[in-house]
Amino acid sequence: MRQIAIYGKGGIGKSTTTQNLVAALAEAGHKCMIIGCDPKADSTRLILNRKAQNTVMDMAREKGTVEDLELEEVLLYGFKNIKCAESGGPEPGVGCAGRGVITAINFLEENGAYGDDTDFVFYDVLGDVVCGGFAMPIREGKAKEIYIVTSGEMMAMYAANNISRGILKYAQSGGVRLGGLICNSRNTDKEAELISELASKLGTQMIHFVPRDNEVQRAELRRKTVIEYAPNHVQADQYRDLARKIADNKNFVIPTPITMDELEKLLMDYGIMEKEEAIA
Amino acid sequence: MSTKIKDTQKMIEEVLAAYPEKSKKERAKHLAANDPTGQCTTCQVKSNVKSRPGVMTVRGCAYAGAKGVVWGPVKDQITISHGPVGCGQYSWWSRRNYYNGQTGIDAFGTMHITTDFQEKNIVYGGDKGLEAAIKELHGLFPLGRGIGILSECPVGLIGDDIEAVSKRVAKEINIPIVPVRCEGFRGVSQSLGHHIANDTIRDYVLGKGELKNSTPYDVNLIGDYNIGGDAWASRKILEEMGLRVISQYTGDSTINEIGIATKAKLNIIHCYRSMNYICRHMEEAYGIPWMEFNFFGPTKTYDSIRKIAAKFDEKIQSNAEAVIAKYKPLMDKVVEHYRPKLEGKKVMLYVGGLRPRHTIGAYEDLGMEVVASGYEFGHVDDYKRTYPEMKEGAVIMDDATLYELEEFTRRLKPDMVGSGIKEKYSYHKLGVPFRQMHSWDYSGPYHGFDGFPVFARDMDMTVNSPTWSLIRKKK
Repeated sequence: MRQIAIYGKGGIGKSTTTQNLVAALAEAGHKCMIIGCDPKADSTRLILNRKAQNTVMDMAREKGTVEDLELEEVLLYGFKNIKCAESGGPEPGVGCAGRGVITAINFLEENGAYGDDTDFVFYDVLGDVVCGGFAMPIREGKAKEIYIVTSGEMMAMYAANNISRGILKYAQSGGVRLGGLICNSRNTDKEAELISELASKLGTQMIHFVPRDNEVQRAELRRKTVIEYAPNHVQADQYRDLARKIADNKNFVIPTPITMDELEKLLMDYGIMEKEEAIA
Repeated sequence: MSTKIKDTQKMIEEVLAAYPEKSKKERAKHLAANDPTGQCTTCQVKSNVKSRPGVMTVRGCAYAGAKGVVWGPVKDQITISHGPVGCGQYSWWSRRNYYNGQTGIDAFGTMHITTDFQEKNIVYGGDKGLEAAIKELHGLFPLGRGIGILSECPVGLIGDDIEAVSKRVAKEINIPIVPVRCEGFRGVSQSLGHHIANDTIRDYVLGKGELKNSTPYDVNLIGDYNIGGDAWASRKILEEMGLRVISQYTGDSTINEIGIATKAKLNIIHCYRSMNYICRHMEEAYGIPWMEFNFFGPTKTYDSIRKIAAKFDEKIQSNAEAVIAKYKPLMDKVVEHYRPKLEGKKVMLYVGGLRPRHTIGAYEDLGMEVVASGYEFGHVDDYKRTYPEMKEGAVIMDDATLYELEEFTRRLKPDMVGSGIKEKYSYHKLGVPFRQMHSWDYSGPYHGFDGFPVFARDMDMTVNSPTWSLIRKKK
């Protein structure tokens, strides 16, 4: 069983990418599971074709304590029998979502949610690694591989670099490794080259470049992955490519995060700055 | 520099020798040989800084200072320990703040009330549960005149808005609801908790009480928590002097008393450390002067009575002399009875707020000498007040560790040690007579004329108990 965590800047498309990727893996015959580590609980919507109603923390709140919870109540099955669980958590501005992630993952683990027959477990983690709770999936004995979803936009790259720092910390104490950057294209200038360069600076690879395609949005509106909604569409093949590359990936590294100055220089060399200068 | 000071400094160095270099350097600043004149510059200790990791400190936390010390004794306030159950449970009624009233009806001092945080309260926040708790408590105990929300650590970590809850619900049920941000991780000791609690008194209760009539003799008794009935003993003296105590802070106190304190003519403060903040505020905002006093042991008590009386007219001053004349024969008798048994005995103290200096006089009345004294959480101003009270070459300790306490005990060979519950049993094992001087070892009162006979009896009972000779001591 491989446990994989997907990180990346908020709104970059982690959940969409993860679900399409997992759908492709499941289509190829792998037994998969997704654990949503985000209080919004929208990491499994496209697999279940609906928003998960019974998150671990919501159910625990209802029952009083997490000890009163049964696994069956929170473990749901979706497209191609993909197992889905959501940690759940508070509305923005109250409580501690990080603790919710810790509690939920411990519960799932202690109650044997992963099972022996699972090939891949994916953790879809909220935004940045803001506190210990959101680093839970990469602590010792959990996810050993991490993929960071990014784009050619500066703040997405900034987040990717920050996440690498978090990985570095846990890589030294545990066994977690960076498997690569997934570029979820925003159609910025020289995006593929830029992310390839960032990847090489971080000591890793751009494992796949996912082009922008409105078919993803059309599928999402119907609460489906592209794999399920339009299996013959070119975009579905993109996700199949990504799935195959991840399944075959052997390139796992301890990342080498760069400084803010280096990051800015990278953008100067490849990005927007150059274009602005040309206009001037 | 005198030989006494030099000898003590040498002993301190010996004790410190066991530490690693960094700890030694740091701890050396907190231990000193006393110079009552204040001329010796190396004889001043550093204080009120973070305890060194790795040493066994005896300190408490901000919650302990705010809930345990300042707010806990206010009897008609319902005090909620907001957070998981342990903080309230294990500090439950440990301070022995006596009060009059019917527990569960119009007084709530011995009750332990907590919002008992579970995982779900951490993840989803505790505000809703807090609001429900406040309303339920108000329904159950309609004679509760106020509700205190004493924050435990998690409340600060998850960022619950207890101030908003207080404001909203207070409007609804129309009693003061006091949010106290005394999360234990704040500050270096319980001392910050006292300050935070003082600030909430100022912001939520002070100046809001009702007092029908005023007299020129109205005073507040500040910094007396009525441990074992202390405040009652102190109040009795003040009343016999012709003063009217309109408010006690906070032993056997009420929300209304806390509120009307601004109507007093003078604040007299016993525990300076925990309540100087509110005195300074009342001085600045209401022009009420304040003075420190000491009601431990007859010598200091007579002295304090005269000093307090000096702030008032001749009537009070002559009353003061009459009070002293009335009690002096009784006090003389106590001294006469116990002094022969305690003469020349050495005492080592390591306590909190005021006792490391305030009890010295009482021991001296019994012929005993305090050879070492220290504060868990004192500040510079506490030590300044302590140096002149101690003999030259006595040991002054700040935030002492259990190791240091034991080593000083071995070297100074005190006839008794007065410290807290955490030290008590290790001293029992050492076979050294010990009294728990935070809550008077289930005894008291120790204040005033009622207290001194009890104090003298207890010290005699401790030092001269035959029990100690039966304990097998390490060679």
